[in-house]
Formats: sequence, C-alpha cells, structure tokens
Amino acid sequence: MKRIPNLLLLVVILYLGWKFVDWAFVRAVWQPDASACRAATGACWGFIVEKHRLIAFGTYPYEEHWRPALASIFLVALWALSVVRHFWKPRLILIWAAGLLVIGVLMWGGVFGLPYVENERWGGLILTLLLTTFGLAFAFPLSIFLALGRRSELPVVRAICIAYIELIRGVPLISVLFMASVMLPLFLPAGMSVDKLLRAQVALILFAAAYLAEVVRGGLQAIPRHQYDAADALGFDYFQKTFLIVLPQALRIAVPPLVNTCIGFFKDTSLVLIIGLFDLLSTIKVSLNDPAWTGFGVEAYLFAALVYFVFCFAMSRYSRSLESPGLGGAASLR
Amino acid sequence: MAVNLKAKRLGVQALAAALVVAAAAYLVFNTLANLEARRIASGFAFLWREAGFEVGESAFLAYSAADTYARALLVGLANTFQVAILGIAAATVIGTAIGLFRLSGNPFLKNLSSCYVEFLRNVPLLVQLFFWYALITEGLPPAREALSPLPGVFLTNRGLFFPSFSGAPELQGFNFAGGAALSPEFAALLIGLSLYTAAFIAEIVRAGVMAVRRDQWHAAQALGLERRHVLRYVVAPQALRVIVPPLTSQYLNLIKNSSLAVAIGYPDLVSIANTTINQTGQAIEGIAIIMAVYLTISLAISALMNWTNARLR
Repeated sequence: MKRIPNLLLLVVILYLGWKFVDWAFVRAVWQPDASACRAATGACWGFIVEKHRLIAFGTYPYEEHWRPALASIFLVALWALSVVRHFWKPRLILIWAAGLLVIGVLMWGGVFGLPYVENERWGGLILTLLLTTFGLAFAFPLSIFLALGRRSELPVVRAICIAYIELIRGVPLISVLFMASVMLPLFLPAGMSVDKLLRAQVALILFAAAYLAEVVRGGLQAIPRHQYDAADALGFDYFQKTFLIVLPQALRIAVPPLVNTCIGFFKDTSLVLIIGLFDLLSTIKVSLNDPAWTGFGVEAYLFAALVYFVFCFAMSRYSRSLESPGLGGAASLR
Repeated sequence: MAVNLKAKRLGVQALAAALVVAAAAYLVFNTLANLEARRIASGFAFLWREAGFEVGESAFLAYSAADTYARALLVGLANTFQVAILGIAAATVIGTAIGLFRLSGNPFLKNLSSCYVEFLRNVPLLVQLFFWYALITEGLPPAREALSPLPGVFLTNRGLFFPSFSGAPELQGFNFAGGAALSPEFAALLIGLSLYTAAFIAEIVRAGVMAVRRDQWHAAQALGLERRHVLRYVVAPQALRVIVPPLTSQYLNLIKNSSLAVAIGYPDLVSIANTTINQTGQAIEGIAIIMAVYLTISLAISALMNWTNARLR
C-alpha cells in the first residue's frame, strides 16, 4: 500500500522527464535556421549556435574576439591553479599579478599592435569572470579588517564595523547597485567621473565584503582562547598575535564556507544586468532582442542556467572536498 | 604603562571615528554641491505630488496614475509583501518535503531530491526568474487555447487563472475574466523565489533532522512510537532548534531577493522606487526609502527570531 504514492510519483516524473528529453533532443533543431526553428515543435538550439559570438563576447569588436576568449581561458586557468593546495605559496600572488597584467593587456590593448578597446565594450563571459575576480580580490582583505574590527575590544571601532556589516546585509544587493550607479556620481567632486563598470565593481566589493566578513568572523570565533593566551605569553603585540597566530588558523577553518560565499557572489554578479552592464546573462538577454529570433527565451535561459551551473557546481564540489577530513581543514587543527 | 595603553586605545578610537566622520562630511559636501549644480531638489516633498504612472497590478490597495508617489510606493510595498508571504509559505512546504525526501530510504526519491537541490542552488536566481517568465509568456498557449490541467484552472501566456470565492474564470474575448488570476510577472516571481529558496530550506531541514542523535530515534522506537509520532514528538522539537535560525535567514533572503522583481517587471517596492527615481531625479531619497524599508524588515525579523529562539530553548 505504501508504495503506491511513490509509484505514482515515479510515473509522473518519468513522463515529465520523457517530455523534456523529447522536446530538448528528439524534436530539437540544432542548425542556426530561424524558419526551421519556427516550424519545429522542439527546442531551438540553433538560436544559441547563431548567437554564440554575441553571448560569449558581447559588443567587443568582432575581429578581436580571440582576445577576450584568450583572457577568459587565462582567468579560468588562474582560478584552477589557485584551488590546488600545492600552489598555496606566496608566489601564487606573483602568478596572479602577471596573469592579470596579461589579461589587462589583452582586453584593453593599445600596445603590441593591439587596437585599444574601451571597457564600455567589454561583455559576456569575461565580464562576469572579471567582476567576480576583482570583486573577491578587493572584498576579501576588506572583509578581514571588518571581521577583526567587529571583534575588537575598542567600542568605537566595533560599532563602526557592526553598523557597516549589518547595514549591507540588511538590504538587497540591487539597492547597493542602484546606489553605486546613481549616487556615486553625486558623491564625487565636480569634474571627476567613474565609468559604469567601475561603479558596479565598487558596489559588488562593498556588498561582498560584509558577507565575507561574517564568514571570517566565524573562523575567528572557532579559535580557542588558549591560542590568544599563548601569544600573549610570548609577549606578542596585537598585530603579531592577529596576523601570525590567530588569522592563519581562522582563515584555514573558514575556507569551505568562504568558497560557498564565493559561489553566491559569482551568482550575484548576474544582477549587474539590471544597471545595464553586459555580463553573460545580459548578453543572452540582449541576443533575444533580434526580431528574427524572438521567442526562444526558454532555450536561451536554459543555456544560461547550464553555463552558470557548470561553474558553480565545480566550485561547490571543490568546497565539499575541502571539508573532508585529513586535508588540513578544521579537523587537523585539534 | 596602563595609562599609556589607555591613551593609545582612546587615540585609535578617536582616529577611527574622525576618519568616518571626515569621509561622511566629504561625501555630503560633494553631494550638496553636485545637487546644487544639477538643480536637483532634495527632501521628501515629492512624495505628495502626483505620480502620473500606472502600476501593473496592486495586491490590496486601489491605485491610479492620479495618486501620489507615496501611495505608489505603498502599493509597491504591499506587492513585495504579497509575493514574499506566499513565497515563504510555498518555499517552506516544498523545502521541508524535499529535505525529508533526501533522508528517505527510497533511492529514487533521494537522488531526485539531491539533483533538485544541486541544480537550483547552483544557478543564479535571476536566470531562474527569466526562465520562468519566458516559459509562461512563450511556452504557454494564448487564452483561446488555454491549458486546463484541472477543471476551472487555466494556464495561458497572459497569466494563470483559478476559481475563487467570487466565481470561476471564463473566457471573454482574448482573455479570461472572473475568479483569481496571477499575472505572468507575479507567477514567475513566485515560482522562481519559492523553488530557489526551497532548495536552501531543504538542506537546512536535512541538517536539522540529521543533528538529532540516532539514539533519540532508537529510544522513541523502543517506546513503541510509530514513525510519524517519532518525527512529530521526538525529532521535530529537537530539530527545530537547529532549523529555526538558518530558516529565518532564508526567509530574509527571500524577502530581499523579491527585489529582483524589477528585472521581470513585477511592480514591487524597488521597481516602483526605481520609476520614481527616474521621474523625479531624486535618487538619494528613493534609495534611502528602499534601504530603510528593507532594514526595518530585516531588524524586525531578527528580533522575532531571537524571541522564538529564546522560547525554543
């Protein structure tokens, strides 16, 4: 008797699953042919084939598409390198600096015979990756200071940090992005202006810092009291104690939740679409505006979902592998 | 030594305070100068002027373009609450079910619910909202060929129609009238928010149930309780202590995420504040209103959570 609801569920899900496979593969159109797509009753993957350049690179000059392509590969490679524990050494910072320099040269150009491309024309996957990379690179150090400040014994410092963290965490990201895109120009002295990309980047950094700070604080709270006492006994001052004893251990504990926060941040960068930046989701949305190809939103957003899923799922698997004992995670501290 | 340390601590704090005050003063000074130069009015007097724009839908309040900005914003707030409350209810039910499926002995249910959680958590909510909106507006048929999975329920590209106390929906001209209707924007936002948040709630429920020690189950079974009674009287009260705090923060996330309504054209608070900013140019006031409202909601829910937590312990 108990098996009947399960069986019913199985039948319903198998039926829906078959309907999906039938639509997405059996009756799908793969050639970039709009009229064939309109005639077919299945999915139109030809739309993605037709628009793949626009989706991947946005409005970057067509002949120069190899540059953002190469830059994206470099950036993904840098990330892939950074997750390997073997490379967690000071020289990783040098590798990153060199890598970002190459990416900057590729994207902007203006040297080595590469035509200059202003950053208003950057778009697609590379923009999403760059917003994530620079967002985390600046938000992380800021978050450490915020977390230390929140646990400070100085009431004024603590109050400032708590106010900042709770303010940012209490409001939606979109309001911070609006603030950066409309209010930042008002904050700056007359004659000084910041372009749209930088404004969005500043908003993302300020936002991510508050969330990362709470994760770092979690790591700091996990450090047992005797570690502080031992550092005091050695006669260390606050900075020696913090940066030599407490932080290295706290950050190690905090790595898995930090990776999870990074996944959330990667997903959140898609919100820059709302303030008019051409990130990956935005180029997909724009590609639907072509009158010859309207009405394929379902396919387009399934494709978007797949791309984001590949990145996020890889990161979440990585985060889970860090949590397993024996890899120097929280377990090896005790 | 002690006096010296005290002076140092005071000095550091004074410096921090001074830096924050100086930065704030600098920004305020610049802003005032810029507002003056661009001839942008300041203050909240605009709230009582005529808004002059229509709002797609209004949950509880009557509204027309002749009403004030204040009323338009209030309509937006009501719409935010409407989608948030329904979303929280739906996400809790779906999330709890999926969380319990993940713990069930049935491998099919277990794997299916794991796939659900993995997939929905790893795709940005905005993509999911666009997907549902596209599915409703492109995937569903026009009103004349409406899908009718249940008698009286009609799914069309103009919205979803249900029977209500006032009557059943009927086809009139090109659209349905009567009964209860969900606009495509509202339906997409509600489905997207509920299913996305449910994936996170499922993980919280699973962790909460798993946090109840095995011997609690054994002890309850030894007393001869049935499985559902074990869950109801032994496991649930203990699991809830673990579940409630992260669950509350998921509810808060859902409320904040409802601001993505602006991307698919559902007139929530952020969407209407955005229109107001574009019309009046008073960005600072508009964003201040958005932030103040969400902060109030966040603080109120945190306070409520602390109260509930204190009672559960």
